Amino acid sequence: MGRSMYREFLILSRGGQGGVTASRILATAAAYEGKWAQAIPEFGAERRGAIVKSYLRVSNGVIKRHSKVYNADGASIFSSKILELIDIGEVVPRNAVLLINSPSKPGIEGYRDIYYVDATRIALDHGLVIAGWPVVNTAMASAMARVFEIASLESVLKAIKEFFHGELAEKNISAAQEAWNKVYR
Amino acid sequence: MEVKYRVSDIDSEGIVDAKMFREKLLSKPSNGSAGRTGTWRLYKPVISYDKCTKCGFCWLYCPDDVITWKPREYPVIDMEYCKGCGICADVCPVDAIEMVLEGE
Amino acid sequence: MRKVLIGNVAIAEAVKLARVEVISAYPITPQTIIVEKLAEMVDSGELNAKYIRVDSEHSALAAVYGASAGGSRVFTATSSHGLLYMYEMLWWIANSRLPVVMSVVTRSLGPPWNIHTDHQDALTIRDAGWIIGFAENVQEVFDMTLQAYKISEDKRVLLPSIIALDGFILSHTAEPLEIPSQSEVDGWLPPREPLPFVMKPGESFAVGNLGPDEVTMELRWYIWRAMERAKKIIEDVDKEYGELTGREYGGLTEKYRVDDADYIVLGMGSWSGDMKEAIDVLRDEGYKVGLLRIRYVRPFPMEDILKYCVPAKAVLVYDRAVSMGYGGILAGEASSILRGKTPLKSVVAGLGGVDMRSEEFVDSIKRFIEEYEMDKDVEWLNTYWLLKGGGEG
Repeated sequence: MGRSMYREFLILSRGGQGGVTASRILATAAAYEGKWAQAIPEFGAERRGAIVKSYLRVSNGVIKRHSKVYNADGASIFSSKILELIDIGEVVPRNAVLLINSPSKPGIEGYRDIYYVDATRIALDHGLVIAGWPVVNTAMASAMARVFEIASLESVLKAIKEFFHGELAEKNISAAQEAWNKVYR
Repeated sequence: MEVKYRVSDIDSEGIVDAKMFREKLLSKPSNGSAGRTGTWRLYKPVISYDKCTKCGFCWLYCPDDVITWKPREYPVIDMEYCKGCGICADVCPVDAIEMVLEGE
Repeated sequence: MRKVLIGNVAIAEAVKLARVEVISAYPITPQTIIVEKLAEMVDSGELNAKYIRVDSEHSALAAVYGASAGGSRVFTATSSHGLLYMYEMLWWIANSRLPVVMSVVTRSLGPPWNIHTDHQDALTIRDAGWIIGFAENVQEVFDMTLQAYKISEDKRVLLPSIIALDGFILSHTAEPLEIPSQSEVDGWLPPREPLPFVMKPGESFAVGNLGPDEVTMELRWYIWRAMERAKKIIEDVDKEYGELTGREYGGLTEKYRVDDADYIVLGMGSWSGDMKEAIDVLRDEGYKVGLLRIRYVRPFPMEDILKYCVPAKAVLVYDRAVSMGYGGILAGEASSILRGKTPLKSVVAGLGGVDMRSEEFVDSIKRFIEEYEMDKDVEWLNTYWLLKGGGEG
């Protein structure tokens, strides 16, 4: 098994934003392209709004390990407020690439590369609101797929159709398309 | 190092075992599977047919199903299997059944 | 068909393909979405089964007991405290030789409340007469669940089966899963035969009526023999399933780089994958070490343990469960088979879901080998605890 393509990712989200679903969408998209993938949620007591960690592993060979991710190659932060609550340096190694849901360039430094996408705005524009909360999972998944080179946009859109149906699928697909094109450094 | 299964040579198809298991685990209802239980009796029920109203309570309550009865007929107790528990005497609404010491 | 699914949904897919006829479940915590997914399948007509929702886990197992005695192919699922609440009915089912299949999502027992995995819950039922399998990944969870019906319903076995999967690590982790077609499964798994007995209206008999003590003991002896025969059946079913799907695991154990190994590691469940990666690293560094992965704790693979551990220099056992006042449960069982023929070190780790990375297994296995090399007469009489933050206790 070639480990050259073996990569690990971390998603930091809030309960209700869809972090767990995003990692599953990406695992599904990667699998379409013949890769092995693992989407692992880390559950505690389920609470809307609390910080939820999800892990994603992608490889060109079977992944045997099932432990948590400690040395993420990339980390995706679904709400920039999370950066105010935790010491990101404790959770994500400095040689990782960050992707942050933020309307503008985040005031954070010390990482290999930092990307941002205004996923909240995109979710609101496409009517992706559940119980008053913008659900950013598909926009963030799409941006992650591009920044971290996990899968093609085509595969991401195909995966989204496995998770959502009808009108909801259409809304999520257009959000994902927009996010793919609106990731900035 | 060759290691053999310990009982694979005994009834490897398990057919005899399964049949024996079934026969010993399951039981079908039949008369007197514990023998002639009438011999267990210390007191025997005696029905006074002049008092009996043919209500069938004794038949209904008998825990050993040794009383035969049909509507508008007198009950009859099978003394081969009646253990003499006295429930029939206890539930009889007109006190038509008396428990009498065996041998008297 | 290849899909990326979590372990819970993988089980529901296997149950559907097995054409299970009766499902009963208590739907509230500590239940998982296995039965929720099955309820959706029954509701949509995708699965033609009777779904009985009950008021407790005890009732859930009682309901499938009755349905299985009536000749149906049945399924239920539970976890941690739910399994303990089933305890009485577990024995009724095994002692009646009914081929019930159940999933156990292994989760720690309280207090403190903890939703994460260890093997303590599933191992409390070691002695009840159930076949107990532990899966390593989502694919194996699926495969073992399907195989459980073939094994349990085999007329040479006729014993219930539990397939245990690590809570969250497998139950909620999504991985690629190969799913055979319905026609492939139908050709391999025939409908259940009316064995060991079928209760039906109009034919009266009692199950387990009071009898002589000698009969009770004799009935246990038949279960004992069926459990011994099951070892061969598990191997055969694994092989024929391998021919069907290309996935063969090795029967009661998986042998991972053990053939020329001086040191054998024993373990089971999802962290075996992390152990395999550790073994690959150690092999690259020149350590002759292999993993004998326990796939079935009942029947216990004593023959494989003798075969691979007796010629080895030393054995290291990782337990995710402990018998308080005794030691690691797998370690205890393995050492009772080895009877001092090979030195054995018992390590308890990962209780309450404490994570173990493959890098930590590398360190821990190296330490074990060094201890042995320094003193070849070493006797590891203690049970060693890998406490996170506290080092090795």
